[in-house]
Amino acid sequence: MEYTKKGYFLEKHIKFPSKKRLREKPVAIIECTQNIPCNPCVEACPFGAITIEGNINSSPEVNFETCTGCGFCLGICPGLAIFLMDLSKGYGLVTIPYELFPPDKGEPVDLLDRSGQKVGEGTIEQIRNLKKYDRTILVTLKMDEKLIKIVRGFRRKK
Amino acid sequence: MRLKKHPILKFKRKKEITFFYEGQPIIAYEDEPIAAALHAAGITTLSESFRFHRARGFFCAIGKCASCVMEVDGVSNVKTCIVPAMQGMKVKKQIKAKVSPEEFSGPKVFKQTPVIKTDFAIVGGGPAGLSAAIYAARFGIKPMIIEENFLMGGQLIKQTHKFFGSKSHYASIRGIDIAKILINDAQEKGVDIWTSSSVVGFFSGNTLGVIKEGQYYKVKAKTILISTGASEKSISFPGNDLPGVYGAGAIQTLMNVYGIIPGKRVLILGAGNIGVIVAYQLLQAGIEVVAVAEALPRIGAYIVHSAKLKRLGVPIFTSHTISHVFGKDRVEQAEIVEINNKWQKISGTEKRLDVDTVGLAVGLSPSVEILSQAGANMTYIPELGGYITLHNINMETSIPGTFIAGDISGIEEASSAMLEGRIAGLNATNKIIGENKEIEQEITKNQKELVELREGPFGEKIRIGNQKLYKEAENNGIY
Ligand SMILES: Cc1cc2nc3c(=O)[nH]c(=O)nc-3n(C[C@H](O)[C@H](O)[C@H](O)COP(=O)(O)OP(=O)(O)OC[C@H]3O[C@@H](n4cnc5c(N)ncnc54)[C@H](O)[C@@H]3O)c2cc1C
Ligand code: SF4
Ligand code: SF4
Ligand code: FES
Repeated sequence: MEYTKKGYFLEKHIKFPSKKRLREKPVAIIECTQNIPCNPCVEACPFGAITIEGNINSSPEVNFETCTGCGFCLGICPGLAIFLMDLSKGYGLVTIPYELFPPDKGEPVDLLDRSGQKVGEGTIEQIRNLKKYDRTILVTLKMDEKLIKIVRGFRRKK
Repeated sequence: MRLKKHPILKFKRKKEITFFYEGQPIIAYEDEPIAAALHAAGITTLSESFRFHRARGFFCAIGKCASCVMEVDGVSNVKTCIVPAMQGMKVKKQIKAKVSPEEFSGPKVFKQTPVIKTDFAIVGGGPAGLSAAIYAARFGIKPMIIEENFLMGGQLIKQTHKFFGSKSHYASIRGIDIAKILINDAQEKGVDIWTSSSVVGFFSGNTLGVIKEGQYYKVKAKTILISTGASEKSISFPGNDLPGVYGAGAIQTLMNVYGIIPGKRVLILGAGNIGVIVAYQLLQAGIEVVAVAEALPRIGAYIVHSAKLKRLGVPIFTSHTISHVFGKDRVEQAEIVEINNKWQKISGTEKRLDVDTVGLAVGLSPSVEILSQAGANMTYIPELGGYITLHNINMETSIPGTFIAGDISGIEEASSAMLEGRIAGLNATNKIIGENKEIEQEITKNQKELVELREGPFGEKIRIGNQKLYKEAENNGIY
């Protein structure tokens, strides 16, 4: 498998919603297609938008139409493997689950792709640190529209 | 150096105390092991090799390898990684083997050996042992857990990440919190917990030899569970004995249990789950991970775990191994090199990395010593991690009434350790109170869950290993 060589999933392994859906409101993107024994994302979604067919080792899928973009699953997934993409504001937003020291709101950062390469610059739009996410924080990055499919990390400027 | 803040953990340090290392005062906190407090004070050399006087530090940090032995208050061979520092303690480097006739005072004779009787003795208080105790206690048994460390919880107490699995295996709860849940549950159910107590022998008549605080006890049990976990493997390369070359689990223990910085720049060897998890946890503590190197041409960890590292820009070199560690008294540099599919080094591909710490995450071997000493039937199954005690699906060994569960029965995960612990605990209960329908149903339920958990591609090794094992067990009359 290509992803076991690289250490991350490539765009072709991941399911994305339509441009139209992205313009409406945030939506969850699951990047977990390796058949690992795990399933808390299914129960986490209050809208029943995540399903795992077959047994616990199958991969989860999101129904993009039922997903409201609430972000709850991001704070529950132990693999930090669910992201939010959003084009409803006229610019691009990507929300990342994060367990390192949090950055500051409004802070300018380097935007990194799945391999850790810098692909642009953006700012921290929002930080959600909710009790129910148990210390997993959700960091929303503001960026150019065309970057939302590739940005999955960030680096704080020194 | 100690960690001041951490995004996940809060370090509640207890009372400050002072002990002495070679006469020099060292500040520590109550319930901090000697080796950890020395590390925090910048002292990483704990002993010297006997012949060539090479510096030696700790390696496993959980009492399994004896690389940390020192002389403490005149007693030699104290495993300083699991013995807490005490006010006024005098600690010395041990620079020669303490077996010369003049210094060897003969075996210690215990005038009195109290005998403790119990229905169910459990050796090891990790997720497997705790689950067994909880499930047996549910049916009215009062089990006893004998744990070598002064802390209960086994490997769970250093896992800052949320666990995978399903709800019944505490998925999405952090390992540290699963440990708290299990320990509380066991305490509430009246399980008799003995910490800082090592099982040092298993004798006929289901009798265990236990040492607690310098006193020897015999524990006579109707049923026994050995859930001693596993120890980290090392690999050979020049410099692998230098302080700074640590088991990845030891780095975790130092950093996440005691809040002590293991080093400033780290190389991790092995890109299985443990290697990449420890790498992420280092970043969590604000420590730089220079690289992860993996000998196989692919990453063995869950990709969701390695993806967390990659998107933070940490390089993972596959088809690479470590060729050398340089340094005088501790790691100063490490060299990694690419290997071909015959595991030969490709010259010209060497990379020198400026690191002060190397974490080895190259596999675990089951801690079977107690059972092999007891004469239980053993076998060698590489898929399960090495030497394994033969057992059936009820986790019973060739010694009737003696069970195993967790990493000792094959290196796997906390979720399977808990399920195996439940199965073993329930079967032990069956033996004690006689067969019971409700217990039978619980056993079947947990066995089914275990099968399901192992159905995916990541369960393949265990499935193959267990197939070999059950066949051999049957040939030996264990079924
Ligand atoms: C870095 C890392 C990450 C992990 N991540 C996950 C994960 O995400 N999900 C998951 O499911 N699992 C994970 N695991 C695996 C999991 O922690 C282990 O599989 C599990 O702890 C095994 O449980 P156990 O009870 O068999 O052994 P342990 O937890 O090792 O407990 C054994 C206990 O026995 C004690 N003991 C040993 N010898 C003696 C003796 N002679 N006398 C008395 N006591 C003794 C030890 O002190 C120890 O406390 C991870 C492990 C590591 C190291
Ligand atoms: S973002 Fe909210 S609605 Fe969408 S899948 Fe996740 S939990 Fe469900
Ligand atoms: S909770 Fe996360 S890691 Fe687990 S199956 Fe769902 S997406 Fe994958
Ligand atoms: S026994 Fe202490 S470091 Fe291994």
